Amino acid sequence: MAELKINALRKSYGDIEILKGIDLHIRDHEFVVFVGPSGCGKSTLLRSIAGLEEVTSGQIVLGGRDITGLKPAERDLAMVFQSYALYPHMNVRKNMSFALELAGVDKATIEAKVKDAARILELTHLLDRKPKDLSGGQRQRVAIGRAIVRHPQVFLFDEPLSNLDAALRVQMRLELARLHHELNATMIYVTHDQVEAMTLADRVVVMNQGRIEQVGTPLELYHHPVNQFVAGFIGTPKMAFIPARVIGGQGHELTIQLPSGEHLTLPRSPDSIHVGAEVTLGIRPEHMRIVSPENANLTGQLDVTEHLGSDTYCHVNIDGGHTLTVRQGGDYEGRFGEIVGVDFDLSRAHLFDSEGNALDSVTRQAA
Amino acid sequence: MTIQSCDLNASVVPMPVSNENSAASAHSKAQRVARWLVSPSVLVLLLWMIVPLSMTIYFSVLQYSLLYPGEHPFVGLENYEFFLTDEGFSAGMSNTLILVGAVLAITVVLGVAISVLINTPFPGRGIVRVMLISPFFIMPTVSALVWKNLLMHPVSGVFAWLAQVMGMEPVDWFAQYPLSAIILIVAWQWLPFAILLLMTAMQSLDKEQVEAAKLDGAGGWAIFRHITLPHLARPIAVVVMIETIFLLSVFAEIFTTTGGGPGYETTNLAYLIYSQALLQFDVGMASAGGLIAVVLANIVAFFLVRLIGKSLTEKH
Repeated sequence: MAELKINALRKSYGDIEILKGIDLHIRDHEFVVFVGPSGCGKSTLLRSIAGLEEVTSGQIVLGGRDITGLKPAERDLAMVFQSYALYPHMNVRKNMSFALELAGVDKATIEAKVKDAARILELTHLLDRKPKDLSGGQRQRVAIGRAIVRHPQVFLFDEPLSNLDAALRVQMRLELARLHHELNATMIYVTHDQVEAMTLADRVVVMNQGRIEQVGTPLELYHHPVNQFVAGFIGTPKMAFIPARVIGGQGHELTIQLPSGEHLTLPRSPDSIHVGAEVTLGIRPEHMRIVSPENANLTGQLDVTEHLGSDTYCHVNIDGGHTLTVRQGGDYEGRFGEIVGVDFDLSRAHLFDSEGNALDSVTRQAA
Repeated sequence: MTIQSCDLNASVVPMPVSNENSAASAHSKAQRVARWLVSPSVLVLLLWMIVPLSMTIYFSVLQYSLLYPGEHPFVGLENYEFFLTDEGFSAGMSNTLILVGAVLAITVVLGVAISVLINTPFPGRGIVRVMLISPFFIMPTVSALVWKNLLMHPVSGVFAWLAQVMGMEPVDWFAQYPLSAIILIVAWQWLPFAILLLMTAMQSLDKEQVEAAKLDGAGGWAIFRHITLPHLARPIAVVVMIETIFLLSVFAEIFTTTGGGPGYETTNLAYLIYSQALLQFDVGMASAGGLIAVVLANIVAFFLVRLIGKSLTEKH
């Protein structure tokens, strides 16, 4: 059982608190990704789990065993570092067998395990090379191989793909996902790249300033962010935010007014909010459409359009100095400076109160 | 497709060629100028090397003693024969090797140990580092005198006082263990050099490598043995090379403390040559000795380069 429970974990350097009380439950065989902006504490959290950082208070329990005070080697986990941290003077075989040799495993078993890992990672023909003779992707695989041979309860990855070029990163991402299925192991992965987080994770942990903002499956985070931070962090291009004011509510509907004067009615219960409250409307690029200026939700001036082939991102300047990024079909031709209308899919829109917390939509409450 | 690309090449090629020609001629002209400008200093360096060497070779085949002015008859290889069969030679030879070997061993072992120890942060690390390096800035003659008169002196030395405090007989270092005393002094002088190089090397040790080893289950000793030492192999090779070059010609420390004695016990090759030339005024024999020393140094250098040069040129 490789179930990892973290209770009220705190870590501070002097007066600066890096982790401000982390509670997390990672299930067996789960692929969990910690994601957040740099400095949010995600790497510190991972290193605390690994035992490379001493925690100030709190508890880490792995498979029912309290490992908070244990040395890294006694925790039964393996880590893949951002710089790979291969031992430069050892060949690939030795790099992978090092931990087993230290543990006093007999030679035949070591040989078998290294061979097995090399086969899984397609490293068999490279076993006698030194790390300096390997490409970035191969080094990455050796680093993973070094973790695999130990059959740890939990694999930890610290931004393992950030040193690779874009094409290789996509390839390694797929390989990691495949590896997770093949090994059926518990994996914890740290990244600042939300695409990696969304594609790899069973569950994503969004962190910000030493706190967990939200834990959920990629689609949960995408569709139901609990606050404005998560909403803005997940999804590219970013969700657009427009300040608004509540002007009325009735039944299951809430009416808000945008700075430009337009009124919008959203499916939200008006119970938790009073008339006149400041709110923020959040809407993703794919939930807006460019329409003719007449009877649109909003009008604005078309700025730059970016053609990606499959999609076109249109940047629309609206009143109040805000820019909306609208996702259109790949064949959309916009003219710079044109006055266009923007229509919202209000059933998919998000509403945040002045604290940044999401106001639950009626449809979700029903679901 | 291939034909097209060939055509393309054909139409494009002439331009760069003409450019290259002019570039090449400009290049060779620049090279000629450079050669002329460099030649005076090369010539001076050549003379600087050739003149003393040929003079030494010339003197080494003469019977040339300053005590007997006048004729300097040609004696062939007699000087070499005398020098090699002199009882001082075998002593000087072994003393040189013992001195070099022992000082290398002490400085490398202690150097590695100290640089690993001071690599972990602790209060006052900056001051400790400066203090560790400082013996290197003291002149060999001065430090040898300090060791001789203030530390190792059997009556007024600190070591003698210490021994007495502990209730032991003071050691008369330069009478009882002369060569060990010299080794101690020279090692003290060269330890900072080893520390300086190894300390800097320690700072470039990848922290993630050490962390990876920790996760792999390596304890302090295993990390030192499998991560730190291999990382330090190159700087250690540099320390050994450079120190060997300087330690083969240790002189001031011997001159100011023991004067090569008692007997030949602390006479190394450099000191032996000095005593031939300037104590016995035999220029011919000293020259022969000098040339033998040069040959020996080259033999040592050859083996050193064979032994550790490979690890220096190998790229990480």
